[in-house]
Amino acid sequence: MTRQIIIPFGPQHPVFPEPIHLDLVLEDEKVVDVIPSIGYIHRGFEKLVEKREFPDYVYIAERTCGICSFIHGMTYCQGIEQVMNIEVPERALFLRTIWSEYSRLHSHLLWLGCFADSFGFENLFMNAWRIRERILDVLEQTTGGRVIQGACKIGGVRLDIDNEKLGRMSNDLDSIREEIDVLTTIFLRDNSIKHRLKDIGVLQKADAYQMGAVGPVARASGLAIDIRKTGYAAYGKLDLEIATEHEGDSYARCVVRARELFTSIDLIKQAIRTIPDGPVDIKVTGAPDGEYFSRSEQPRGELIHYVKGNGTKFLVRARIRTPTLTNIPPLVKMLQGCELADVPVIVLSIDPCIGCAER
Amino acid sequence: MTIEEQLTTPVEIGNLIGRVEQFRNEGYRLVQIGCTALGDSYEINYSFDKDYGFRNIRITIKEGTEVPSISGMYWGAFIYENEMHDLFGIRVRGMNIDFKGTLFRTTIKYPFGNPVPKGEEQ
Repeated sequence: MTRQIIIPFGPQHPVFPEPIHLDLVLEDEKVVDVIPSIGYIHRGFEKLVEKREFPDYVYIAERTCGICSFIHGMTYCQGIEQVMNIEVPERALFLRTIWSEYSRLHSHLLWLGCFADSFGFENLFMNAWRIRERILDVLEQTTGGRVIQGACKIGGVRLDIDNEKLGRMSNDLDSIREEIDVLTTIFLRDNSIKHRLKDIGVLQKADAYQMGAVGPVARASGLAIDIRKTGYAAYGKLDLEIATEHEGDSYARCVVRARELFTSIDLIKQAIRTIPDGPVDIKVTGAPDGEYFSRSEQPRGELIHYVKGNGTKFLVRARIRTPTLTNIPPLVKMLQGCELADVPVIVLSIDPCIGCAER
Repeated sequence: MTIEEQLTTPVEIGNLIGRVEQFRNEGYRLVQIGCTALGDSYEINYSFDKDYGFRNIRITIKEGTEVPSISGMYWGAFIYENEMHDLFGIRVRGMNIDFKGTLFRTTIKYPFGNPVPKGEEQ
């Protein structure tokens, strides 16, 4: 019988942007079991709801993540708006959609860069992040913030984007699309990348569903789950094609995210073409009394902000269920049976955001 | 704005496993398990989804009540059940992967819950 050894992997590791610890049970070079643990950056964000009035909690919700902060803020606001029956102006819903898709673009480009770095393709890493800068520039020009946008509020958005600027953004997206096309062609056609990613960390469709996989992880295993299809914000008024693959390996997860870059550009251009004129916020009075599970599609998958109010300025509960947390069980499944050398690539392939997961 | 219909059904703790099994047999995926502290009791929400139809069942338990694990039916449930234990101090019976309080290594034990259950004081 082969002797089993346990190798601690993380919490600090060159490929991990954030700390996660994995105890890898090995037989020779093969991983036979994995025990994940987190908790290194738990910040108790959900507890802060007891000390911050519900309109101010938007700032806390946004700081859950430094990559998809806008979507966190928006999802929280949606929850409160549903409980309080607030009718958000149409233009604000379109602006939320536009900023959400810019967030997805910059998140996926960030991930492509980190992923290239994980398999030693430094030049590709720098190219992905160079394009990402153009996306961050737009976020900064339109909201004032590159990382934390602070543009969402209960009842709408804080800032408008004038139609002239929207037109320029749409034109810029054409050249950004060309650059992304060149970048993703390398990711998807380069033989060394294919060789490194194909058949690595396979997650079968049935396992993905049973284990609750979400986002690109689920879609790369053939599950067409995308919460944008529920029609929140302005997504119900836009044509959205869900990108799915069926192999369930690390390459398929890369393909899905690459395809989603183009989907995001299409959605932004559609939203810019059809955005109505009008106000971008309404005055909110009163306090939430009720509960709602607000759902949205983050770059990493389904995000939930559960809010429960009792009619006072302080919520009883704000729970944030992030996609990385729910993608940890599928990650355990992917790692079982892989080679030790493939662990960094497989972990990166779920696009882990530990700051989000721990809150 | 599109409003998603969300149905929440209260369930007795004794019927929890049966109801979850029903969801699994009907092809629902587990979306999340979340806990809310309400004075000396806790609300635990089990949320499911199928074709964008959101369903939620809820048990309400008193302090110190042990909850059965659903990880036998939904393998990935262990992440939520360990979270519920580590942050609220809810005891969960029969988890497929039990971190025994080490998933979230917080300085304050059970930071979202009420006082530490008997026998688990540090």
